[in-house]
Amino acid sequence: MANTRLKKVKDNFERLFDKNLTDMVRGIRNNKDNEGRFIAQVVDEIKLELKQDNISVKANAVTKLCYLQMLGYDISWAAFNVIEVMSSPKFTFKRSGYLTAAQCFHEGTDVMMLTTNMIRKDLNSSNTYDAAVALTGLSCFLTSDLARDLANDIMTLMASTKPYIRKKAILVMYKVFLKYPDALRPTFARLKEKLEDPDPGVQSAAVNVVCELARRNPKNYLSLAPIFFKLMTSSTNNWMLIKIIKLFGALTPLEPRLGKKLIEPLTNLIHSTSAMSLLYECINTVIAVLISVSTGMPSHTASIQLCVQKLRILIEDSDQNLKYLGLLAMSKILKTHPKSVQAHKDLILSCLDDKDESIRLRALDLLYGMVSTITLMEIVKKLMRSHGSAREGTRLYRGQLLLLRSSRSAAEQNYQFATNILWYVSILVELTRLEGTQPHEELVAGQMLDVAIRVQAIRHFAVSQMAILLENAHVLVGNSRRNSICEVLYAAAWICGEFSEHLLDPQNTLRHMLRPKVTNLPGHIQAVYVQNILKLYASILVKAEVEGERRLVADITDMLVDKLPVFAQSSNLEVQERACSAVQLLKYVLKLVEKEVAVADEVQALFTGELNPVAPKAQRKVPVPDGLDLDARINDAPSSSSSEEEDLKEGSFLSEADRKRMGLDQAEYRKDYVEPTPEQLTQMREVRKAEQATNPHYLRGEVAVRKPGKKRRGDAANSHVDDIPVTQLDLSVPLKITGLPLSEDYIKMSNTQEKKKKKKKKKKGKKGKEDSDTEEEPPAVLAVNTEVGELPEGAKETDDEDEGVTNDPHKALDIDLDVPLDDSEKLRVATYAAPTVGVLTANTPTATPSTPPPVFEKVKKKHHSKKETEKKHKREKKHKKKRRTESTEVTTTDLPDENHVGLDEKKMDDIEFWLSGVDAAQQDSKVAPPAAAMPTPTISLNNRPAEPPNSLPVTVETRPAEDDVDVGKKSKKIVANECKTKKGEGGQAAGGP
Amino acid sequence: MLKFLLIVNKQGHLRLSKFWCHDKTVNKTVLASDVIRNCLCRDEKQCSFLDYKDFKIIYRRYATLYFLIGADKDENELAVYEFIHNFVEVLNKYFKKVCELDVMYGLERVHLILDEMVSDGEAIEMNQSFALAPVQVLDAFGHRR
Repeated sequence: MANTRLKKVKDNFERLFDKNLTDMVRGIRNNKDNEGRFIAQVVDEIKLELKQDNISVKANAVTKLCYLQMLGYDISWAAFNVIEVMSSPKFTFKRSGYLTAAQCFHEGTDVMMLTTNMIRKDLNSSNTYDAAVALTGLSCFLTSDLARDLANDIMTLMASTKPYIRKKAILVMYKVFLKYPDALRPTFARLKEKLEDPDPGVQSAAVNVVCELARRNPKNYLSLAPIFFKLMTSSTNNWMLIKIIKLFGALTPLEPRLGKKLIEPLTNLIHSTSAMSLLYECINTVIAVLISVSTGMPSHTASIQLCVQKLRILIEDSDQNLKYLGLLAMSKILKTHPKSVQAHKDLILSCLDDKDESIRLRALDLLYGMVSTITLMEIVKKLMRSHGSAREGTRLYRGQLLLLRSSRSAAEQNYQFATNILWYVSILVELTRLEGTQPHEELVAGQMLDVAIRVQAIRHFAVSQMAILLENAHVLVGNSRRNSICEVLYAAAWICGEFSEHLLDPQNTLRHMLRPKVTNLPGHIQAVYVQNILKLYASILVKAEVEGERRLVADITDMLVDKLPVFAQSSNLEVQERACSAVQLLKYVLKLVEKEVAVADEVQALFTGELNPVAPKAQRKVPVPDGLDLDARINDAPSSSSSEEEDLKEGSFLSEADRKRMGLDQAEYRKDYVEPTPEQLTQMREVRKAEQATNPHYLRGEVAVRKPGKKRRGDAANSHVDDIPVTQLDLSVPLKITGLPLSEDYIKMSNTQEKKKKKKKKKKGKKGKEDSDTEEEPPAVLAVNTEVGELPEGAKETDDEDEGVTNDPHKALDIDLDVPLDDSEKLRVATYAAPTVGVLTANTPTATPSTPPPVFEKVKKKHHSKKETEKKHKREKKHKKKRRTESTEVTTTDLPDENHVGLDEKKMDDIEFWLSGVDAAQQDSKVAPPAAAMPTPTISLNNRPAEPPNSLPVTVETRPAEDDVDVGKKSKKIVANECKTKKGEGGQAAGGP
Repeated sequence: MLKFLLIVNKQGHLRLSKFWCHDKTVNKTVLASDVIRNCLCRDEKQCSFLDYKDFKIIYRRYATLYFLIGADKDENELAVYEFIHNFVEVLNKYFKKVCELDVMYGLERVHLILDEMVSDGEAIEMNQSFALAPVQVLDAFGHRR
């Protein structure tokens, strides 16, 4: 009791002295068990705090809300209070407000429209950090309304004297473009200028923004290629280089000549850089470039070789991350240059034993891509062996997955890879014995069916294997559900039944299929069993009758009649149904047999006919046959109905009510359906024909109607059962599956075949005959039914009917930037009445006019910005002088904005010239001296300011010792002054060095 | 482009979350907890990158804290990996031996530093003293208050 009272007192005390964030965090930690209740209490406190007038209390509450938001609590109810805190003149509070706003505001926050004026005031504040915090906040919660209203202010800030503000403004601009695409064209000239800003931070920001823009709509930014090229060859900022290189990766597909120009500096970078991230980016881009300009590259094998070598180093590294990325990049090369990757097969195979699962997975992915005629067997062998040893579940699963994928690829490629199809079948059979096949049992079963159906030549072998599977069904089914791969039995039963003429000992197989344990199998498999037992029976019957063994026929029929009723008791409807009809059929046959009538052919006739694979879309593509008129009536026209009606009326056997109902029905019928006149009919027909003509997927009528029953009869009936050699399988030890040839035997076989071939080749070589045959040629050409499946004639296999519609905000930014600006396009310079400080502190949201009457201050603003630009140009000139570069490109920035357009066009021409590459070096030396050093970019690795460090210890570095460093210092000084005196520079115009 | 940054401790408690994607279809809380679960279950032998839905997740572990960054598919993993380290070093410099408690109690400061280094999902400031300048100014303000 005392404890609780003490707690109460304590609570009251705490309420007296507002809890700050630290207290709250501590409280949450101390109340781990009932966090929800504690937080509810905290929220109540916060609500009280927010009602107070003291802004510092409110700011405290808002800070706490920010933390709660992070924990996943909804704080949208406090949005207005957040804005209140944002409007505080005190920076610490303002900062808290903006931070919370950045965390929780979004496009749908309705109080956002109250913020426009406040944010504008902050943006134009004399205090650097006020503006900066507003810009940072904007980048998080900019709405399209805010973007439209503030675009001009932000654009003005892009020309601020303070590099810190310039940088932030440029970065926010990207967000503005996304929300308000109209801002892009008027702002772009200035943005482009900033690519060559003296401050490296600003420059990097501009590069960031342009790269982001350009990557989404590369074609509009091709004209900037020379500037970026210059930056790439001269910059030492690795972060920026990565961005630029990425950008070039996006540009090259549009301009192959660019690719040629890029390869050399990129390879130089690959050679010289020590930063792994940059190296990785370069390799990726080189790959991308080579993919886009695969033709006409003289040294491109050399570059690929270089990439592959470097990647090998990455993969061999002990660092898992590098290994992972190396494999990732390798898979990109694989797509276009499989041969170069093939050489490193050993390395990739060794990655299969890595301890990291994701690396193994990558390696498997790569191997999957590397599967080819030559490597398939080896890879599968390696995988199978690793299955034998590995015990890890996941690994097994992945390995299996690849194996199946590869086998599926074999199937997709119509078995061109599986040169030895016997080997493939034995692999499939072997798979059934491996642990972990269970998730893919249907795939295995499907593959078995597929091979057996498509490849006639191996049917004999396949059937013998399947018979063994059926005999050992108990092994496959296993004890637990997890291990059972009974789906395979579905395939096995079907294959044995369908191709029963290939069976060595059909009676034995039949007996195995009739084992009582079969009833434990899933229903659909039992159904297949029943059906195929009959097929088997039919073939045995035929054979027995030919040989005149009537006794055997009777015996077998008896056995079936005796055993099949087990299936008739199944709870599965289909099994039951099939079993019942089968038993009845057998009883009938038995009767006939007893009368000594030959029935074999009749029974066999039940199952003859070959099943051909049918394409999945076949049904949809069946054309309407020529003679068929879908509009023609099938029955007589209802014209006679009127007379009928009269008859009915006359007839006395219908009650009045009935008649009424009839009459009503007739009337309704007439209302609904008006019999079309012949003219209407022809009209409708024409419309339909026109529709058919425009529908690309419709099959024309000219196609000859398929002959019915073409090639329907199979060879099952004609085959000679006598040809089947009969051997007795010895199955003394049931658990061990005998008679299964190991897949390795086939590898040996194929090896010997290859050797033989090589010998042959040698002979051929001696003879001096050049043979076009390659090693890939299969040892024996097997007839493979490689059709996708039956389709109506003239139908195409693929349909690209559905196309995904994406909603990409970047689409709106697909704007041509080289067209000169219209006056109408210039950004609105409208500013609203300067907000009075007290507006927002009033607690009613309605106090702030949501749409204040616009007061145009165009003249003033224009004047303002002109002054601004002049100042800036002066500054820039200064730097230009310092740099002592007389490049024409650079001096263009000294000209007023209006002339930019013209120069842009000139630049466009320059690009043609620049890309033509003939006198590229000379041109470069004329236009931009730094780029002249293109072939050997001198990149000092030591004094990089922001190099992504390869080795961990990062020392704090200052800005690079370039000639513009003093600007940074100056701005820094200004910042420092501000902090000390808390005075601004009194507006932007008053600033500047 | 970076999409989000999460700082989580070993128990999976979120210490800081920052999202640069403001897609309303993305439920941030669900996304964060899902990503965290995916990362925490990985052992130290595994590499620091993983694919999650449309994101690449790059994470790094420092003592009890995990720093996770979700980036879009175009981002350079190694660069992000180095960025995390740089960020941690900046924090270390500011807090003098940064620990989990610093991040918890100095949440606002961490946000401020992060805002300096990343803007709208772009890593922009790698220079450590430049990244710290504003927060130091704020501290100076705070003392004068």
